[in-house]
Amino acid sequence: MKKLLMATAATALMAGSAFAASHSKEVKIGVILGFTGPLESITPDMAAGAELAMTEVNEAGTLLDGMMVTPVRADSTCIDAAAASAAAERLITSDGVKGIMGADCSGVTGAILSNVAVPNGMVMISPSATSPALSHQNNEDNGLFFRTAPSDARQGVVMTEILMEEGVKEVAVSYVNNDYGKGLADSFQAAFEAAGGTVTLSAAHEDQKADYSAEVGALASAGGERLVVAGYVDGGGSGIVRAALDTGAFDTFQFVDGMVSDTLTAKFKGEIDGSMGQVPGTDSPGAANFEKMAGDAFNPTGPFAKESYDAAALIMLAMQAAGSTDPQVYKDKVMDVANAPGEQIFPGELAKAIEILAGGGDIDYVGATAVELIGPGESAGNYRQITYKDGEEVTVKFR
Amino acid sequence: MDFLNAIVALSNFVLVPAIAYGSQLALGALGVTLIYGILRFSNFAHGDTMAFGTMVVVLVTWWFQSMGISFGPLPTALLALPLGILGCMALLLVTDRVVYRFYRAQKAKPVILVIVSMGVMFILNGLVRFIIGPDEQRFADGERFIISARDFKEMTGLREGLAIKSTQGITVIVAVIAVALLFWFLNRTRTGKSMRAYSDNEDLALLSGINPERVVMYTWLIVAALATVAGTLYGLDKSFKPFVYFQLLLPIFASAIVGGLGSPLGAIAGGFVIAFSEVTITYAWKKVLGYLMPEGLEPDGLVQLLSTDYKFAVSFVILLIVLLFRPTGLFRGKSV
Repeated sequence: MKKLLMATAATALMAGSAFAASHSKEVKIGVILGFTGPLESITPDMAAGAELAMTEVNEAGTLLDGMMVTPVRADSTCIDAAAASAAAERLITSDGVKGIMGADCSGVTGAILSNVAVPNGMVMISPSATSPALSHQNNEDNGLFFRTAPSDARQGVVMTEILMEEGVKEVAVSYVNNDYGKGLADSFQAAFEAAGGTVTLSAAHEDQKADYSAEVGALASAGGERLVVAGYVDGGGSGIVRAALDTGAFDTFQFVDGMVSDTLTAKFKGEIDGSMGQVPGTDSPGAANFEKMAGDAFNPTGPFAKESYDAAALIMLAMQAAGSTDPQVYKDKVMDVANAPGEQIFPGELAKAIEILAGGGDIDYVGATAVELIGPGESAGNYRQITYKDGEEVTVKFR
Repeated sequence: MDFLNAIVALSNFVLVPAIAYGSQLALGALGVTLIYGILRFSNFAHGDTMAFGTMVVVLVTWWFQSMGISFGPLPTALLALPLGILGCMALLLVTDRVVYRFYRAQKAKPVILVIVSMGVMFILNGLVRFIIGPDEQRFADGERFIISARDFKEMTGLREGLAIKSTQGITVIVAVIAVALLFWFLNRTRTGKSMRAYSDNEDLALLSGINPERVVMYTWLIVAALATVAGTLYGLDKSFKPFVYFQLLLPIFASAIVGGLGSPLGAIAGGFVIAFSEVTITYAWKKVLGYLMPEGLEPDGLVQLLSTDYKFAVSFVILLIVLLFRPTGLFRGKSV
């Protein structure tokens, strides 16, 4: 009798879920990144990273008993908050996405979060928004916002450690005039001065402008052993470096994550030898897995491509863990799947993770960037310290 | 010696960059002002016209480089410039034929033409990205510096270096040649005179038998040449990226308006006013004063009138002041 009851119950459950699944075999996830604007040269790799995770899950076909994931791209423009909010609104109301991977730049991410995601109760996982202003200590985001990139407050500390080890005590700072640049410059200045260094001048530059002679003139007057460039490689950051090199104002630079990329080495080759930088990165085996999986389809070492993969994977795994695609339900599971305890999950093992979760087990998603979500749902942060030698980017170590 | 150091530091960080940037703005503003004077509308597509012309130059430059053609110490792009101008001319004549001519025949109001030019701007914007992509392209080759900061220091033994990039030198020389040719054309040739007549009084010009379509065609041809030259010089000096050319529109319009829309001389003056105001007013004088002041009196602070954050505000404040007191601009152009 007991066995019969169990069997009927199980059949009913399976039939029920099969019935539900037949109704909604598809779940859409928004991929909102700045496909136009100052980050337009790195976002294709980021989107490809996120979509790689979705393809992987689709190939396994086991997510929530056969749910298929479809990415829907939207343009955040990186700088235009109104355009980004409208794009996100469209994703939710017209495309009916169940989660958002994005946005990229801190300013538009904050705008989307407060204007669209929170009112609509939508989960957002950003791969690259790093402004400390997005650390919601008092739950202003209703637990809807996460990021697989660390806050810049952390990068400011790491940058200070590197400069102090190098014996650099006096620097000038040029930051891009937005949430990202300002947050990074402020957190760096606080950390650097606490460690006994001097910031001679911390001045903003506007992105994408025609000419940076004025900014470099002021920075050169202030002086310093090194110029900290907290900007974008496709935006004003490169313009500042170019002008500083050409006028002989600075020879060596300290680059932040928005600057370090292949574009930088291609642009300046040997001219920036001796400069240093730090980017979120890790030597965990996950990164290598990810690069192998990506193959030649896109550039897996591009900035934030790995974080994008992890962000998309976390959304899907949280859905599986909650057994629902409802953002209000699965938002509570994001931290659970990202952190210990449980079986460690690397890129390429999403199918295994889904299986474990479906069986009621626990996972600890490590992913391509050794994800460990802390505090209000942001990555603890691992950094790769690099230097430039003979026009090449060389990894010094991981911190 | 300290006096020399001060002058060198000032030239390196203020004079040389501002002169080069001013020349680029002046060439761009000349194109805007010509269209305003003769076709009577503000052409918002000008920045993207520059991008298109430069794109053709970049493509031809790559082709030349792949065939091993070079221009010695000068950038190959200068050789490719005539072809780029031809390409840009073809584009502008086609847009005029398919877009603007329709509105001209309708005697559309200037404000409608402005909106039409915005439409053209977005299409060109997409076209350029479609052909060459949104990424930054480098096409400068040849010698990078006429004199580099390090060489200058070794040569003169001064503490300050003076860097003059070859692109900055080329910019100024080419700008002077282009402006001289333009003024010669406008003042000395029959077509130039008919263009000025058409600009001064359209009805009188038509009565005296000037063919308006011919004037319009010549205007577009000249604008194409100016836009391509300005865009290429800017691209050589900085780098080519479609998005930045779109952004250049703002300072170019500011220059044209400060100088007086419709006045070629005003466009040149406006370009330099905007460039110098952006650089000088926000310059930190600490270094220069440090050399000039007697020992013990050197400033501790930066001696900066305004933070560089406000450099765009500076050009717009100048624009406001000029418009308040001389609504037609410094050189008596048309009122906006």
